[in-house]
Amino acid sequence: MARSGCAVGTVSWPISSLSMVNTLYTAAGRPGKGVHVEMLSGVVVISGKDPVQHQGLSLTVEGTVNLQLSAKSVGVFEAFYNSVKPIQIINSTIEMVKPGKFPSGKTEIPFEFPLHVKGNKVLYETYHGVFVNIQYTLRCDMKRSLLAKDLTKTCEFIVHSAPQKGKLTPSPVDFAITPETLQNVKERALLPKFLVRGHLNSTNCVITQPLTGELVVESSEAAVRSIELQLVRVETCGCAEGYARDATEIQNIQIADGDVCRGLSVPIYMVFPRLFTCPTLETTNFKVEFEVNVVVLLQGDHLITENFPLKLCRM
Amino acid sequence: MHDTAVLMANPKFTTWSPVCCSDIGWNFHNFLCSKLLSDTSVIQFYPSKFVLITDILDTFGNLVYERIFSMCVGDRSVLPDNFSPENVNDTARETCLNWFFKIASIRELIPRFYVEASILKCNKFLSKMGISECLPRLTCMIRGIGDPLVSVYARAYLCRVGMEVAPHLKESLNKNFFDFLLTFKQIHGDTVQNHLAVQGVELSSYLPLYSPAMDWIFQCISYRAPENLLTEMMERCKKLGNNALLLNSVMSAFRAEFIATRSLDFIGMIKECSEAGFPKHLLFRSLGLNLALADPPEGDRLQILNEAWKVITKLKNPQDYIDCAEVWAEYTCRHFTKREVNTVLADIIKHMTPDRAFEDSYPQLQSIIKKVIAHFHDFSVLFSVEKFLPFLDMFQKESVRVEVCKCIMEVFIKHQHEPTKDPVILNALLHVCKTMHDSVNALTLEDEKRTLACLISGFVKMVSFGRDFEQQLSFYVEARSMFCNLEPVLVQLIHSVSRLAMETRKVMKGNHSRKTAAFVRACVAYCFITIPSLVGIFTRLNLYLLAGQVALANQCLSQADAFFKAAISLIPEVPKTINIDGKMRPSEPFLLEFLCNFFSTLLIVPDHPEHGVLFLVRELLNVIQDYTWEDTSDDRIRIYTYVLHLLSAMSQETYLYHVDKVDSNDSLYGGDSKFLAENNKLCETVMAQILEHLRALAKDEALKRQSLLGLSFFNSILAHGDLRNNRLNQLSVNLWHLAQRHGYADTRTMVKTLEYIKKQGEQPDMTHLTELALRLPLQTRT
Repeated sequence: MARSGCAVGTVSWPISSLSMVNTLYTAAGRPGKGVHVEMLSGVVVISGKDPVQHQGLSLTVEGTVNLQLSAKSVGVFEAFYNSVKPIQIINSTIEMVKPGKFPSGKTEIPFEFPLHVKGNKVLYETYHGVFVNIQYTLRCDMKRSLLAKDLTKTCEFIVHSAPQKGKLTPSPVDFAITPETLQNVKERALLPKFLVRGHLNSTNCVITQPLTGELVVESSEAAVRSIELQLVRVETCGCAEGYARDATEIQNIQIADGDVCRGLSVPIYMVFPRLFTCPTLETTNFKVEFEVNVVVLLQGDHLITENFPLKLCRM
Repeated sequence: MHDTAVLMANPKFTTWSPVCCSDIGWNFHNFLCSKLLSDTSVIQFYPSKFVLITDILDTFGNLVYERIFSMCVGDRSVLPDNFSPENVNDTARETCLNWFFKIASIRELIPRFYVEASILKCNKFLSKMGISECLPRLTCMIRGIGDPLVSVYARAYLCRVGMEVAPHLKESLNKNFFDFLLTFKQIHGDTVQNHLAVQGVELSSYLPLYSPAMDWIFQCISYRAPENLLTEMMERCKKLGNNALLLNSVMSAFRAEFIATRSLDFIGMIKECSEAGFPKHLLFRSLGLNLALADPPEGDRLQILNEAWKVITKLKNPQDYIDCAEVWAEYTCRHFTKREVNTVLADIIKHMTPDRAFEDSYPQLQSIIKKVIAHFHDFSVLFSVEKFLPFLDMFQKESVRVEVCKCIMEVFIKHQHEPTKDPVILNALLHVCKTMHDSVNALTLEDEKRTLACLISGFVKMVSFGRDFEQQLSFYVEARSMFCNLEPVLVQLIHSVSRLAMETRKVMKGNHSRKTAAFVRACVAYCFITIPSLVGIFTRLNLYLLAGQVALANQCLSQADAFFKAAISLIPEVPKTINIDGKMRPSEPFLLEFLCNFFSTLLIVPDHPEHGVLFLVRELLNVIQDYTWEDTSDDRIRIYTYVLHLLSAMSQETYLYHVDKVDSNDSLYGGDSKFLAENNKLCETVMAQILEHLRALAKDEALKRQSLLGLSFFNSILAHGDLRNNRLNQLSVNLWHLAQRHGYADTRTMVKTLEYIKKQGEQPDMTHLTELALRLPLQTRT
């Protein structure tokens, strides 16, 4: 796997030195054009009014998978204590500058950081979820003499896996929803008659491309109030007692509002949000999968949901 | 929907405050605004709300665009207006992408649609094809909007943004139209009907709410669209039931020529529309508007009018009726004769008279009148339209009535080139003018009076009975009695009558018969009794003089004397200052001008056998003597100098000019010595007056005036006097010295004067001038 990374962000903070003069120092990473294979590149910027004495400047890359057990699966008590130990994917440090002195003004130090994973670990894509979090940070430390505080600057960088070669085979799905197709119905007789037909162009999705399809309300006795697409993540964490599987909503996109025209196709269209989605991931310890629900809300608070598992990948 | 109610209550949310809005702030703000657009809780307000909010959205879209654009501007380079996406730098691209991701995650459909449409232009930063891919997608997205009113306005907004950003992309416009047709049946569906019932809104007031948005969409599509597309669109509209709403938008948006050529089809379709839906009078109004702009085929014209009017005349509500009739009046006037126009006017009168309905429709009625007179320039035809005058009678409110009269007169003056004596025109227009005249009261503004007077005078000028002068005079007599309150009209009448007298003289070639002499005297008498009713003093003076000249020219000597005497007796009444264009100015310059004019006329006025020699001049001199002149001005002396010129001219053997067939004093007296002596005596009196005045000026502050006056008197003597006379010769030498005595004389003028005298002296019979020149020393200034 080839990866590229970039670090984004700037923070500045004031420091009072021994001489009691307030001086402003900034250390920041700049997004680099990380075209190198598994190489993180960028620039460290040191700026200050006065020259800075230091005991060395170093960079550290850390990457971890944080797993959290949901209270629903294992109970509050366990959830609080038994959070699974974070899995470290990468942790390495390089020294950038030997102890010395930075001149006053702005100093820019470019760097290239090779991303070497620990052992046989894999560099997963960045992902922010509820129970699974895959996060990469870059830390820059400036050690200073005993009397001055060390300076630290941390920023997150995003890891995207390189596009897979080959072509995605589309897997279109047609669906038709009627009162008969529904499961989980208490009183089928009370349901108004309806027929909603439609199709998804593919359930194998490229993460950078929107989810597309069409939906037609062929007939409905009750007025339609709203039709929505609900994007759901399904996170599975393995643990001592087996595994915990939890589905939570990422986003909900309305595609029809009010009583739509019968027989007229309404487009299904949803952009996958960045950070909160990643290619479908399956490892020994945890899984991240995605699903989409087509939710039809009828007058009289009838809620009809049709579920479609998705497979996301980066092409 | 309680949150939207709060938003409406707080005006802060509906006004745009661009100051220090962070990106997120903008987003949030717009999100709230566009959310309002999904709320149809008070249906009637929806169009206005749409305008208000899309305005904010436009501002928002521009701000985002500008901001991203400014990010692309490097230290040195500025992005050209037609940049390509490759020139956009990473930061700008990233920010732009962020916007689109952010918007894509907005939960509600309508806000997501509007915000994305508002920043459609920003697609230019991302890719070349961006906009052309985005438009069809947004068009499809609108299908998800259930409420037909909300969806049609969303389409209108998209069309507007699309036309602005990518006017060449026509397909999505058409798609919007066809999608709209597909959802058209929804308007008559249960959901909408229930909604209307809840809000208590009638279908006939609900449907017109669609018109602004539909007109806009239709207009976008039909702009430069090929004929076959329009035909196709129309065919598809035809196929749908209850299509009055569509028809109306087609008629208001498509090219007028297109509609006009298919007028009969349209009338057929309009007739088929159900009564309950879209108001029919609006449809006929729209059709009429098209026909006012473009002409239908020649053969169909009458049928169109008949068919349309058949329906219009059945409209019950006078307001609806007149709205239609106003539009169709244009079509009728343009293509048909007075017969049809008469029918239409009669129908309008019939509809508008009951319950005095016309009182509420003056603007429309006024516009109908304007259309009629714009097309019927020939007033004899216009007034032969029987119902025209009864139509005018509907304007019972005076201000409106006068406005209409003014319009009629303006058109008359503009288009009537030949004088007329048509009794129909005269009768009608006299009536019209009388109406205008009678509206003048104490409160009428000067400006208004001037306008009215100008129009009436224009009419008076246009009346001519040809050789029937007596008829003409009796018309003027009638006009005088009608328009006695407008002074400029009276002045015009006096001029017209004077002209009439002179015309008579011209026709008779100066030899009046008994009959014409009596007629001319009648004209003169007309002037004589009209002038005193005027207010302006100089108007009166000048008219007396003019009328006197006319009388003189027509050999009415005693009448001429009367005019001149009247003028003379009026002079003492001239005030010190007169009002000219709202400013008070001294009257003396005007008086001076008038008197000069008067003197030149007096030269040829023969003396009355029963009065003394030069009795008019004497009387005038007395008046001038008694008039209180300004102390600081020398106008009186100037006038005396002019009198001297007059007297000098009178003492000639033959006068410089004469009036044909009138014996002036030269032939009356034939250079009689008694006459000359009288004349000389008068001269001496006048000169004594002048010299006395010169003496009175011998004061320090008046020396300059003395010098100037002295010189001008010298010049007068030089020009008009006989310098062989020793006393006169001596006087002129004295004046010369007087002019130079205090060093106020202009040396160059003096030198030139002297040169002139010498030059004159070289002529035969003028040698005495050479001698005179020797006695005139030039003063050198030391």
